[in-house]
Parts: sequence; structure tokens; C-alpha cells
Amino acid sequence: MTIGEVVNLLDAEILCGEDRLDTEIHTACGSDMMSDVLAYVKDQSVLLTGLLNPQVVRTAEMMDMLCIVFVRGKRPEPAVIELAREKGIVLLCTQKRLFVACGILYTNGLGG
Amino acid sequence: MSECIRLEYEVDGQNFASAGHASESVKRMLKQMGVPAQHVRRVAIAMYEGEINMVIHAHGGTAVAEIYPDRIDITLADHGPGIADIPLAMQAGYSTATENIRSLGFGAGMGLPNMKKYSDDMKIESQLGVGTTVKLRVDFGE
Ligand SMILES: Nc1ncnc2c1ncn2[C@@H]1O[C@H](COP(=O)(O)OP(=O)(O)OP(=O)(O)O)[C@@H](O)[C@H]1O
Ligand SMILES: [Mg+2]
Repeated sequence: MTIGEVVNLLDAEILCGEDRLDTEIHTACGSDMMSDVLAYVKDQSVLLTGLLNPQVVRTAEMMDMLCIVFVRGKRPEPAVIELAREKGIVLLCTQKRLFVACGILYTNGLGG
Repeated sequence: MSECIRLEYEVDGQNFASAGHASESVKRMLKQMGVPAQHVRRVAIAMYEGEINMVIHAHGGTAVAEIYPDRIDITLADHGPGIADIPLAMQAGYSTATENIRSLGFGAGMGLPNMKKYSDDMKIESQLGVGTTVKLRVDFGE
């Protein structure tokens, strides 16, 4: 699916990267522990998380991820959005909880 | 021109938000130099884990990257508390991280084993009360 479809499925707000909604993605992961993302994630291109600090963007950048979804309606500080913009990472924000958001994407064909 | 590009960074131990700055810069440089993506990612992850460790466990320090055509040597040196038992620290899941660090998304005890996994060579020298130096080598072959 595309990042645009993720936006629709999660009823998400786009915080940055509006110009990259056509990007194809195939896999995602959900975690609040960046340690685990760094240790266990392989080629996933979307990170769903409830964590908001700048290291979420840095972790995604090191792993060559394309998109971060902040769950439970949480929004990061402007500096974090700016960092993601610089790195070319799409940031989305959804009201849904982590488990629900992951479930919706998984049911709609996104792999783990 | 010698065959080595040397980059040096101060890693600010007081500023969690800026942690990862050095790794990010090295990653960008390797990409520009055309190093294959899988190796760039190995370097980025291993160095980033080390850089985060310097900030969360050791009040910062210096990071030096020496880039050769076939490899990168990374030296992460701090003047933190040191590591008492290195084999124990290397075990997956071993962490002395506080609840505060965990709330920031780190402290699973996976960093050092992950650095070992993604590098081709890793050496840790540490002295209690003096500091820790971690050396990583990542080869660009195959
Ligand atoms: N530079 C350092 N100075 C002092 N102690 C360190 C340093 N790096 C690691 N350690 C010690 O080794 C332990 C294991 O490190 P490791 O990176 O594997 O896990 P962590 O940093 O606790 O958690 P994670 O890396 O999963 O976020 C740390 O909890 C800490 O006690
Ligand atoms: Mg660590």
C-alpha cells in the first residue's frame, strides 16, 4: 500500500511529508522501545509509536524507514517535525491506539 | 590526499535531544561516497547505539570516524563511570538503565550486542572511574 492509504486507514493527520504520500510501503513495526526497533527490526518502512522524542526520528533515519505514525493523538514538538522534514521522513498522527492502528494496517495487507 | 577521511565529533552528554548527530553525519558522508546501502545501515545502527550509550551512561565524549575505501574505523571514547564487567554488559538484556531512560525508549540491554552484530570487529576497553573506549570496524566488502 502507499503512505496515502495509511493516512486514510488510520484517519491520520499529516505532520510533514505531504509530497511523499505516493511512496509504496510493504512492512511496518510498532514499538515504544527504540532499543527493540534497533535490535529486531529488519526492513520495515513504517514505525508506529507512542513515543515523541527526537530519537524516534533518529532511530527511523538510521534504519532507513520512510514514515512514522504517532498513536493516541500525540503530537511531537515542532523541532521533531522539523528534524523529520530534513531527513525526508513522513510524520503522521492518529487518534487510534498502537494495537488498533497496527491491527488495521495488518488486516489491510501490510506485513510485519 | 591520503586514503583516509577522518571525522571527529563532540558527543554532548547533557543533551539527549542531539544524541545521534555524529552517526547521522557519518551516515550522510558514507552515502555520498557511494558505500553500498547495507553497509551504510550497519555503520549507522552500530555507531548510533554507541553514541546513545555515551549520552545515557557516560556524560558524552568524542566520536572519531576514519573512513577508508574498504572500511570504516569508529572510536567512541568517554570519561564516564566505566563498565565493571564487560562480558556481562555484552549480554542481551543486561542493562543498568534507569526508569527515566526507559521512558525515553532506551535501556533494553540490546545496544552492545547489536553493535557486535552489525560490526565486523568490536573492542571495548574500560576502566572504572576513568572511562570507556569502544572501537568498531565495519568492512565494505561483498
Ligand atoms: N559508554 C558506557 N559507559 C558506561 N557504561 C556503559 C557504556 N555503554 C554501556 N554501558 C553499560 O552496559 C550496559 C549494557 O549496554 P547496552 O547498550 O547493551 O544496553 P542499554 O544501553 O542499557 O540499553 P539499550 O542499548 O538496549 O537501549 C548498560 O546498561 C550500561 O550499564
Ligand atoms: Mg545501549
